[in-house]
Amino acid sequence: MVDSLADERLDRAFLALADPVRRRIVARLSRGPATVNELAAPFDISKQAVSKHIQVLEHAGLVTRSRDAQRRPVHLDAATLEALTAWIDRYRLIHEQSFRALDAVLAAQASTVTNQQDPQDPNQQDTDQEAGS
Amino acid sequence: MSNPVTIDAPEGVPFIDITREFDAPVAAVFEAHRQPDLVRQWMGPRDLAMDIKEWDFTSGGSWRYVHTAPDGQGYEFNGVFHVVRENEFAIQTFEFGGYPDVVAIESIAFEDLGDGRSRVRIHSTYPSLESRDGMVASGMDQGLTQGYERLDALVA
Repeated sequence: MVDSLADERLDRAFLALADPVRRRIVARLSRGPATVNELAAPFDISKQAVSKHIQVLEHAGLVTRSRDAQRRPVHLDAATLEALTAWIDRYRLIHEQSFRALDAVLAAQASTVTNQQDPQDPNQQDTDQEAGS
Repeated sequence: MSNPVTIDAPEGVPFIDITREFDAPVAAVFEAHRQPDLVRQWMGPRDLAMDIKEWDFTSGGSWRYVHTAPDGQGYEFNGVFHVVRENEFAIQTFEFGGYPDVVAIESIAFEDLGDGRSRVRIHSTYPSLESRDGMVASGMDQGLTQGYERLDALVA
């Protein structure tokens, strides 16, 4: 299992990206750092609202803000984003697991059918009990 | 060698397509979806115990199960089988208890490939892109509810 801290971070990142405005902000930042003013420009919402969105992204570890510069540009954190793109791989992993388990069930069923000519076969019970827990 | 699974979550549309072939006849694969005792043995993440409360794989039947994590936390899923045609096709609704009222519609095509082989094709339709990504993420990651609470607190 993945450690729970990493899981928590991933959850936050997913939730942060569940919002279309924040996704657009991330998309903009993928082209390079930008100030809050620059990020707010394409939206019909207040600069304050955009700041709040950036705060959510920051909390999720998706973006960082430089402290040195006066204009405090927002940067994308590539590492978090990279971890995030793995979600489809994790989804895939779960299905991969399920389908392999289904393969095993099907193989067990097939051998049960074959074994019906031989009701003494001791393997029959075992294969039937092979539940994933 | 195991058969590869193809999963496509296309950009811009709230769909997920999953395709997988099996070295078993279509009737056997259908049975493995129909009988709760078999379903329990393969569906869902390996580290979660599956407690099937209801599983009536017939047209108009309903289903409900609880996945329990090693830490004891339970995750409830439910839906109805809108249509089930033996060895051929099914449509079901899918709802995660932790994400109520967001219902996906899933069709499952069972295809006979001959020579004792078959293919399953799943097409899931979510109400929105957000719910697709959110529900898919929640299906895998525990602690989503907590995550939402944290987010709520943050954006309040």
